[in-house]
Amino acid sequence: MCLGVPGRVVDLLENHMARVDVSGNLLEISVRLTPEVRVGQHVLIHAGFAMQIIDEDLARETREVWEELQRYARQ
Amino acid sequence: MPGNDHYEEYLLREIRAEQLELSLMEVCGTHTMAIAKSGLRGLVPPNLKLLSGPGCPVCVTAQGDIDAVIELVRKPGVTLATFGDMMRVPGTDSSLQEERSRGADIRVVYSPLDALELASQHPEREVVFLGIGFETTAPAVAVALEEAVRRGLKNFSIMVLHKLVPPALEVIFSDPDLVVDGLICPGHVSAVIGTAPYEALVEKYHKPCVVTGFEPRDILEGIYMLLRQLRNGQARVEIQYRRVVKPEGNPIAREAINRVFQPAAARWRGLGLIPDSGLEIRPEYEQWDARKKLGITEIEDRPIKGCSCGEVLRGKLAPNDCPLFGQRCTPMRPVGPCMVSQEGACAAYYRYRRI
Ligand code: SF4
Repeated sequence: MCLGVPGRVVDLLENHMARVDVSGNLLEISVRLTPEVRVGQHVLIHAGFAMQIIDEDLARETREVWEELQRYARQ
Repeated sequence: MPGNDHYEEYLLREIRAEQLELSLMEVCGTHTMAIAKSGLRGLVPPNLKLLSGPGCPVCVTAQGDIDAVIELVRKPGVTLATFGDMMRVPGTDSSLQEERSRGADIRVVYSPLDALELASQHPEREVVFLGIGFETTAPAVAVALEEAVRRGLKNFSIMVLHKLVPPALEVIFSDPDLVVDGLICPGHVSAVIGTAPYEALVEKYHKPCVVTGFEPRDILEGIYMLLRQLRNGQARVEIQYRRVVKPEGNPIAREAINRVFQPAAARWRGLGLIPDSGLEIRPEYEQWDARKKLGITEIEDRPIKGCSCGEVLRGKLAPNDCPLFGQRCTPMRPVGPCMVSQEGACAAYYRYRRI
């Protein structure tokens, strides 16, 4: 139950609901806890609710760690 | 910043260079599963211990509370709506699955909102939703209760077994027998609670905390960040999983929890009674509280014979050190909840064991 899954918002519906694409499946979830979410954004879904908007612009690596390791790699 | 194919290798090389004896604990069942799946425990040097903590909500549920749920489904007119992972959890003399085969009305739902639909379709039944989980599920359950109030659904109530993560971490850190040098903090719980609770822990116990994501790359980076702090004698809160976790968490979700619930003492398997580590429904919503509405009493914990889940959940025993592991206890015939739940440490070890 604690398993969070990411989904992309494809449509905003009535009553704080949204249609999301979760690996090709369309689900209806509540966006009451992330009211500022827009179509096209990714959200983290728990128990049928978007719990957080995922910031896709933030890279999958932490910049300083990455740079540090680059330095080691060059040594 | 370009993606680097060798990034994981670099991280692993740095982690493997660690000489000190250190123990890091992950406190999220999804981390336990991801670490087992990636085989990471076998890749880090033996002086680096990766312990699993009390991060599986099904596993930490006290035996007496499971027995209370079983008592509840035996009441006439009751329909229980629950997340699927509760079905096979063994109570003292039954499980929800067994109760269903004996005729109890138990429905597996994905969201508490599905339970609301059940209640409005079946006005003749009392539909009870089993509210279980940490800060990731509690806000959803809170919103569902408010929705029931708004719709005037009188045949809906919630049996609350929710638990809060920070008070359990406090118990782990203050245990003199257990040495945890750093914490791999749960990614999704932190998306709700933010970093403030860890700041308080760091201040008190001076152990580094890194909020970490769930891909192998995230976990390696999180471990590296912990080791880097430990090498430099630091103890800070860092967020590795920045694409999901903001320092402030999700205040709207926390407000939803606080409107409906208030903190209460809760019993944890393995950790015992911890003050303010659970949630209870506020008195103003009493009529939606299944315990009060249906007169469910507290049931004492009767430990499962031979099962070491309690020690496993404290990080004191690795699952494969339990004498029943893989012999008398397997996912097909689980003895304890740590072998039942997808997120349980015993199930994770069993599923990805190296033979
Ligand atoms: S292996 Fe089975 S009996 Fe042993 S601690 Fe895990 S769940 Fe309990």
